[in-house]
Amino acid sequence: MSNVPTELRYTKSHEWVRTEADGSVTIGITEHAQELLGDMVFIELPETEANYTAGDECAVVESVKAASDVYSPITGEITAVNEDLADSPETVNQDAFGAGWMFKMQPEDAGEIDELMDADAYQELLAEEDH
Amino acid sequence: MLDKQTPLIFEHSRPSRVNTTHTQRTTAKTTNIPAGLLRKSKPRLPEVSEMDAVRHYTRLSQKNFSIDTQFYPLGSCTMKHNPRACNSLASLPGYLNRHPLAPVKHGQGFLSCMWDLQEMLKDVTGMTAVSLTPMAGAQGEFAGVAMIRAYHDANNDTDRTEILVPDAAHGTNPATATMCGYATKEIPTDANGDIDVEALKVAVGPHTAGIMLTNPSTLGVFDRRIKEIAGIVHEAGGLLYYDGANLNAILGKVKPGDMGFDVIHMNLHKTFSTPHGGGGPGAGPVGVSERLKPFMPIPVVGKNDDGYYWLTEKDLPQTIGRLSTYMGNAGVLMRAYIYALLLGREGMVRVADYATLNANYLMVSLAKAGFDMALPERRATHEFILTLKRQAKEQGVTAMDFAKRLLDYGFHAPTTYFPLIVPECLLIEPTESESKETLDGFIEAMAAIQKEAEKDAETLKGAPYSQPMRRLDDVKAARELDLRYSFEQKDGK
Repeated sequence: MSNVPTELRYTKSHEWVRTEADGSVTIGITEHAQELLGDMVFIELPETEANYTAGDECAVVESVKAASDVYSPITGEITAVNEDLADSPETVNQDAFGAGWMFKMQPEDAGEIDELMDADAYQELLAEEDH
Repeated sequence: MLDKQTPLIFEHSRPSRVNTTHTQRTTAKTTNIPAGLLRKSKPRLPEVSEMDAVRHYTRLSQKNFSIDTQFYPLGSCTMKHNPRACNSLASLPGYLNRHPLAPVKHGQGFLSCMWDLQEMLKDVTGMTAVSLTPMAGAQGEFAGVAMIRAYHDANNDTDRTEILVPDAAHGTNPATATMCGYATKEIPTDANGDIDVEALKVAVGPHTAGIMLTNPSTLGVFDRRIKEIAGIVHEAGGLLYYDGANLNAILGKVKPGDMGFDVIHMNLHKTFSTPHGGGGPGAGPVGVSERLKPFMPIPVVGKNDDGYYWLTEKDLPQTIGRLSTYMGNAGVLMRAYIYALLLGREGMVRVADYATLNANYLMVSLAKAGFDMALPERRATHEFILTLKRQAKEQGVTAMDFAKRLLDYGFHAPTTYFPLIVPECLLIEPTESESKETLDGFIEAMAAIQKEAEKDAETLKGAPYSQPMRRLDDVKAARELDLRYSFEQKDGK
């Protein structure tokens, strides 16, 4: 079973969300998601200052197996993107929860984050999918 | 014998070692290209003798791992035998030398063949009319969705902005919808491999322009609730698009028109006897229901008391327009016409019979040999999905490792990692052309590879061993695509 850090929140579509001290959130895809996708070859990130509603497609990850959409876990504005991924998309494979982060958002409603899955619920989802 | 390293044609090049007898001579006077667009220096074309050129390209052709040399069970691709007679007959000088601008009365023979092909395709798909003009599957898809758009526009029904696409769909479906200016909405698949009808009911509405479906789906099963699905989408005011990618499974057995589809594209280059997978030429005719008939791409072959003629904008003022300079890929259409005639009505049904029989034989035999099927409760259509999820966990070998090792056993790999919703999958389509002996050989190879995986997984990880190239680095190839020959390197600069 892959690593699921307890301090993060998760979505059904395998994004992780970390709330920072300033109230912004950092978003990436989980270790499980990168395992399923395999070696990354290209990552298309959103534009900064773009606004998304929870559930919107906002980025694309392309691996040797497939191209997949990344969905915005919350409603808000993009405040930063991880530019390093353009040259080294493999960072997402190597460190999905750390240096492989994808973008940061300023949430419209911080309460939305609490509605996302916690680590236990996400572990359960993974166990379910494993059947 | 295969040589391990074949140099590029540029590396055979020596200054002035060129056979000028084949060189076409033109002067500036004979062209009307503006001076500013003409190049100033000569292009660096390879200079080789005829012998060197023949050897080089013959060697390359020997490296082909193809349907002409090996079993090629590439799922959703229908790599079946293309009868040579179709090509020989389509290449008769009368067809081959016909000029597309020749007067219609001089092309009545060819036009009668195209008329008959339109009629046969109508019959086999159950549609009201057929236009042969799209020149590939993707263009057929584009024409299909463009017609859906034209239909809604003609009805001033401009709020329809979404096309529904199941999650098992070919990637071309959402791409086509996007090209035609639609947003796509994904519909999930239920545990039995059918479309999740409850989710569909939630997704349809006044914004639905249509749904794009492949039936049988890419999961290798027939969607049993298709009539219900058609009802739900039509009720909401949307239209149904049939992706003809898997037409081989139902040829002459079930008609998309009877299932309730409004538009279908057919890949004649795969189902009707033209080699494919090399980038063309293809033919993707579209069949339509009554309501989409006015919007068909032109030209379409018509028939009156004077004979055959082309229907154009005058006859179909609401047409989505032309998709090619003339009338599509004539050669591919001729091969399809001849193939249909050779098969006849009974033969057409036998295609579907044997395509599904072969797939089911292979599926049941591989299950008996200990492999897991993605949908073990379902009968396969012309293809089926095997999942190596258990092997990945227990032996640490992947679908890609199995695929590469199959090459050493003399079989082309099945489709890997598609559809995306099944982990570690192989999508296997044997087609109707293969003998029981070939299928048995494939089953034995799969069983032997499984034994190797259990004994020493490294055997698979290093495969292939017998091919001109070993395991290719597909990550590097995708990240650092390099298609340009560097003359600087050759010149030692």
